[in-house]
Amino acid sequence: MNSMSKSAKLVVNAIGRSVPTEVNGKPVVPYKGVGKHKPEGKKFGPRISSCTDFPEDGNKLISSLKEALLKAGLKDGMTISTHHHFRNGDLVAVQIFDIAAELGVRNLVWFPSASFECHAPLTKYLEDGTIHHIEGSMNGQLGRFTTEGKMKGVGVLRSHGGRYQAVQDGEVEIDIAVIAAPSADFFGNANGVDGSAACGLLGFALADSQYADKVIVVTDNLVPFPCVPWQIQGNYVDYVVKVDQVGIPSKIVSGTTEVTKSPDRLLLAEMTAKFCEQAGIIKDGFSFQAGAGGTSLAIGIYFAELLKAKGMKARFARGGSNKYLVNMLNEGLVDYILDGQTFDLEGVKSMRENPNHVNTSPFTSYNYHGKGNFASMLDVVILGATEVDINFNANVVTHSDGVLLHGIGGWQNCLFAKCTILPVPLFRDRIPVIRDEVTTICGPGELIDVIVTERGIAINPLRKDLIERVKGSGLLIKTIQELKDEAEKICGVPAKQKFGKDIVAVVKWVDGTVLDVVYKISS
Amino acid sequence: MVKLRSSPARVGTLSRLVVYLSGIFNDMSTTAVFAGNKGEKDRSDCFVSLEPATSGGIKIEVTSKVKSLYGESITLLCKDVLNFFGIEHATLTVEDKGALPFVLAARLEAAIKKVIQHEKEYLPGMLTENQYVTVKDQHRFSRLYLPGNTPSLMINAGTHKPNAIILDLEDAVAVEKKDEARYLVRNALCALNFMGAERMVRINQLPAGLNDLDYIIPHNVNVVLVPKCESAQQLHEVNNRILSIQTRLKFNTTVWLMPIIESALGVMNAFEIAKATSNVVAMAIGLEDYTADLGVSRTPEGTESLFARSMIVNACKAAGIQPIDSVFSDVGDIEGLKKNVLQSKALGFEGMGCIHPRQINVMHENFAPNGDEIKKAKKILVAFDEAAKKGLGVVSLGTKMIDAPVVKRAQKIIDLALAMGKLPKNWKDEFNGDEQYE
Repeated sequence: MNSMSKSAKLVVNAIGRSVPTEVNGKPVVPYKGVGKHKPEGKKFGPRISSCTDFPEDGNKLISSLKEALLKAGLKDGMTISTHHHFRNGDLVAVQIFDIAAELGVRNLVWFPSASFECHAPLTKYLEDGTIHHIEGSMNGQLGRFTTEGKMKGVGVLRSHGGRYQAVQDGEVEIDIAVIAAPSADFFGNANGVDGSAACGLLGFALADSQYADKVIVVTDNLVPFPCVPWQIQGNYVDYVVKVDQVGIPSKIVSGTTEVTKSPDRLLLAEMTAKFCEQAGIIKDGFSFQAGAGGTSLAIGIYFAELLKAKGMKARFARGGSNKYLVNMLNEGLVDYILDGQTFDLEGVKSMRENPNHVNTSPFTSYNYHGKGNFASMLDVVILGATEVDINFNANVVTHSDGVLLHGIGGWQNCLFAKCTILPVPLFRDRIPVIRDEVTTICGPGELIDVIVTERGIAINPLRKDLIERVKGSGLLIKTIQELKDEAEKICGVPAKQKFGKDIVAVVKWVDGTVLDVVYKISS
Repeated sequence: MVKLRSSPARVGTLSRLVVYLSGIFNDMSTTAVFAGNKGEKDRSDCFVSLEPATSGGIKIEVTSKVKSLYGESITLLCKDVLNFFGIEHATLTVEDKGALPFVLAARLEAAIKKVIQHEKEYLPGMLTENQYVTVKDQHRFSRLYLPGNTPSLMINAGTHKPNAIILDLEDAVAVEKKDEARYLVRNALCALNFMGAERMVRINQLPAGLNDLDYIIPHNVNVVLVPKCESAQQLHEVNNRILSIQTRLKFNTTVWLMPIIESALGVMNAFEIAKATSNVVAMAIGLEDYTADLGVSRTPEGTESLFARSMIVNACKAAGIQPIDSVFSDVGDIEGLKKNVLQSKALGFEGMGCIHPRQINVMHENFAPNGDEIKKAKKILVAFDEAAKKGLGVVSLGTKMIDAPVVKRAQKIIDLALAMGKLPKNWKDEFNGDEQYE
């Protein structure tokens, strides 16, 4: 049943992992090293459309999502894309497959920019064959389902930038993009700043709007033309559907973002901020990105304190934005927020009202086939990881038991920042985070510079400059090997994991090559 | 597998009949016994259930979130512990939530000892990192209280760098969990890295607290906190028990005492308690119980306890030990804590208890000498040095005479500032009379 299990030929890639040369019946390229894979030729182009085929009055309204999907030619084997700006409050993705199942359509590929727990009901469509496999992220229950080998095809995990690359390479051809929008007009112009489902922006749907064969905008807040700002341009859109509700506001953005109260995470945040200060990263005009997780949020606050104390300000911060980053913008501690997604209502409001709070997309921030991108310009990025190995390779998609639980998000793309720091606990409960070898490689160690744990900071030996700069700083610097040994002294040496031979998912690198695979585990 | 030392170190107790039964259960042997925690929020802990039997051998069932990495190691440890206590027939169920080996071992032993009384102890190896002694007058600004039966809070406590870590057997442990907490605290003293923090245990109120000493004294506890202390006699009882344990085990490391005054009677006897024995290093006040004893409410201003707090400070200063203030219980209110610390310091207190790691830095920053205090102390020491060089008997700074106690206090401030990194070691070389370090 699993298309990988029997015929796939495996080769060892440049990072030493055995990967297939074919996934879901299509040839793939094994990872060759950072910056080594550069496809030639032309980018993929969507079918030519002509305005004469569309209503001159601009009214593209269709009575229902089902009607729109039928008009878009929904049929077996198609690739259907959705975005994840509604996070765990998305009400649209599952509906698409309810309709597909009802119509008896089979073997669809779901191509979301990310999945959330609210998408767990899709397991029934993966079971009954409505969906063949997922290319995107497999979180929570979907991750467990996939890792247990229950998905018919092989899952493909990509970064946000890698998703754009896959679309531009023609590696993934989107047949129908369904773009749920907090606000839209009948022409298809749409944005995320207004409406009850306001999520700030719609950048993750940008590639879908530009490259999909058919584009359906679904909204619960239909406004008279023009809907401005048009974060999604109606000129790309085939059909517009008005529904009662596209998302559950409380699950899309939290009313208030709270900094972690966990003393252990606060300590990691403080140590990370101190490291940045001692290494000379925090200076006038610098740039940073910290995510929305508890630890990252706290790091932002420590950064703000340091900047205030030194009378400095940052030039730009890349978001995930939230009220703390917005406060920094309002207090003049940062000039611009270049925002990829907004996490709370303050972020949405700021995006709506402050011209210095700018909406971005994976194209501007992360895309491998762009002529440069923002992520590599950052002075420092702070990311999470489930595991890190003694070569600084890191894992962000599986846990040590091999179960897929997270997507890659922008994580891989952010590794290209001038300094990449992973603040992680040395162990979680009894599970060591620093390992001999990570279960799944998602990021090559050569791009990961600093590991901050509560029991010491390890700097990648490749970063002699950083090692030099923090000499005599009083920071607790250790080697990665010392950290690993310390974790094992406390937790015991973990048993080597035994996985089956069946590949249930592949992890793509930012350039579309196959970096690693995820194996089936017994349920 | 993490190495555990199986030492036959004997710690008999006077109040407990110690019967050596090798693998033979007593009359209660057929019902299952339990130890540990398995609540929704419990982490780094486990719940063990032991059902003794008279035949059928050992059956071990483990459910664990870390089973794929440590399932085998957990089972091996269970077998080793059962074997150590000579148990040949039993059904053991372990519901594990990522317990470290020392926690698992403590839970197993606690369950086993509910079934049999056994003088042997299954001890984790004592970390070399934990084998340090402390001195009488080291600073004790922050002492982090940790509930003695909650492993998840213990594991990273040292990383927050409190001056001391208190494993609490008293108020933070439910009555029905007192026994199992002793094994956990004992094992933590051995296997948990305290990272240089002074190693403290708060025992239960006497007389029960005396039995706690059997579990902790052999494992390099630096300070014993004696709660609800009302008389010097109680400290003598504690010392006698410590002495008898040390005599039996043939060692004589100094164990410091810190009585906690929590009643009107305790306050009235404060001086007598403070000078009761030579190993008393500090005395603390516990205001929750004290205000309850008075029948008044605790207020933010603390007027109701001003007398008691001043009594403690006076008694301590008179006896030459450190006065320690009560804990500040609103962990979310950092500003309030800062105010409280500054008030405490102004009254003469030299430290406080913390109930959350976030409180530690606030205490360090505010009990520590501030910029003005350091600046003044530097001037005094430099003036003293110069006077000594010139052979002058009298030291003066401006128009003020400086006598020996002033110099001593200045030296103490400088020592502290140096210890806390608030002053460079070579400050005298850089001293020019009016610069200052913040």
